[in-house]
Amino acid sequence: MKRIRQSILGQLVPGLSSLPRRGSAGWITIIGFVIVVTIVLMTLLAPWISPRDPSRTDDRVIAIPPSQGFPLGTNHLGQDVLSRLFWGGSIMLQVAVVSVLLCLAVGVPIGLLSSYAGGIPDKVTSLLMDSIYAFPGLVLAIAIAATLGRGVVNMALSIAVVYIPSYFRVIRSQVLTIKELSYTEAAESMGAKRRTVISSYILPNVVPSIVVVATVNFADAILTAAGLTFVGLGVSYDIPDWGYDLVNGRALLPSGAWWVITFPGLMIVLLALGFTLIGEGLSELLNPRLEQ
Amino acid sequence: MLHFEKYERPEAIEEMRRNLGLDKPLWVQYFDYLGGLLRGDLGKSMQDYSPVGQQIFSAFPATLELAIYSMIIAVVLGVLLGVRGAKKYNTLEDHSIRSFGIITYAIPVFFLGMILQMMFGIYLRWFPTGTRILPTMEPYGLRIGGIYLSTGLYTVDSLLEGDLVKFVQALRYLFLPSLTLGLVLCGIFLRLTRTNMLETLRLDFVTAAKARGLKDNTVTYSYALRNAFLPVLTMMGLQFAALLGGAILTETTFSWPGLGKYVVERINFRDYTAIQGAIVFFGLLVALVSLAVDILYAFLDPRIRL
Repeated sequence: MKRIRQSILGQLVPGLSSLPRRGSAGWITIIGFVIVVTIVLMTLLAPWISPRDPSRTDDRVIAIPPSQGFPLGTNHLGQDVLSRLFWGGSIMLQVAVVSVLLCLAVGVPIGLLSSYAGGIPDKVTSLLMDSIYAFPGLVLAIAIAATLGRGVVNMALSIAVVYIPSYFRVIRSQVLTIKELSYTEAAESMGAKRRTVISSYILPNVVPSIVVVATVNFADAILTAAGLTFVGLGVSYDIPDWGYDLVNGRALLPSGAWWVITFPGLMIVLLALGFTLIGEGLSELLNPRLEQ
Repeated sequence: MLHFEKYERPEAIEEMRRNLGLDKPLWVQYFDYLGGLLRGDLGKSMQDYSPVGQQIFSAFPATLELAIYSMIIAVVLGVLLGVRGAKKYNTLEDHSIRSFGIITYAIPVFFLGMILQMMFGIYLRWFPTGTRILPTMEPYGLRIGGIYLSTGLYTVDSLLEGDLVKFVQALRYLFLPSLTLGLVLCGIFLRLTRTNMLETLRLDFVTAAKARGLKDNTVTYSYALRNAFLPVLTMMGLQFAALLGGAILTETTFSWPGLGKYVVERINFRDYTAIQGAIVFFGLLVALVSLAVDILYAFLDPRIRL
């Protein structure tokens, strides 16, 4: 474990402080980080910074356009759009974090073990993973979420199942290369245990790719969570959520109330964009050969 | 059990279970389903007891039409922008094209759909915001004797019928949904074309073509793009799965009466046989498309056949 920690910290920490000197890829990563950190802070500080109670309905101020009292207007129940914006990210962020953790906890060990072992176990897992990968992701997530029922963990689980194969594929392709390198062979011939070879020789070299996949996965998880909420499989109507605000805003669309959907929608776009930018930047920084 | 079933008579529930074959042991049910599948029978809907297969087949043409037009928009837009970006590598234009690609990746398809509905449907009133066509405008297809032959694709059927007004109407209704889905999918084609073109434009045969004094456009589109296009074709096959996922959300946004809307409606009724049937159908479709792309690939790239 120590070696893995060293490898993550050893590559990422100096990497972070040198980002501004790494050209456009570095700046892309920084912009992504700033967006994500701002949104996370905003969600955490929501109880203190939001001007009103996000759930309080008021039938005197239904669907009011942005104005002095309500900077971003109100929705169909007279709730303050700005306050709901501050609160609305929590479910989506929780779902994304839990699903990425699930993917890491399942996808990484399976990828490492099966591709290192090779042979029949590898063939069987590859076949299984490929068949999930080829399937329309959202359709599968909808099916699982519909069966499991509501809840943050259930939603995260249905998203994780869809994205575990992407981890598996990336790890497998790397392990197959590293397995054949002379330093791994040297360790094996010196009698290193299988566990040691995987954890100390292979895993540290796979970590950068895992980091990239996980960041991109964050963006996908957020978009999938929004999609699940949109088709009616969200966590709860009672908790402010950008996804639900979009669904409810549809009813007001014909009346031209653009503010009800535009702001929560933009928040989802920003959050997904933040993670996409980090992933984009990091993959360029970690594989300099890609962009020449 | 659905919430209202608590108040239902036990005999009625028993009858429903017998109707749907739910009284048999689980493994018998499973093999019954698999056996049915082989005969193209996807079981009976839990909501209205009608065959799921028929419901899926009647909803499928709408999804297919939406998918075809979205794919055309995504590929044309993605490839054109990708080529443009590669030719203007590392200029402001290239950077804007790349940013556009990244943003299309981060935007939820239903949000984009609502924005387009609001802009073009509600404020400008240029295009209708939902459904496939006015009920009176439904095209019948080709008339042979007393029978109508129809594909279920309204743009094709209206042409077969020879009615241009219906054709234009069908296109108008198609425009916003397929633009939405096409825009969301074009990012991946853009990125792929751009990187492939960057590599191809550096190869010797491109330099040789330029040296022979061929026009810039001829070199780019007939020489380089032809070679850079093969990976795009593979991606078209792979993206078909994403296209179906996107179609579910797009159809719900635009009340488009296809498979996606069908699935979402059935989710709300907890109609498991219908959901299961639609998912099996989606899976088969994706497998078929991958097969078709593989065959096409061998046809287009003679190296594969060697």
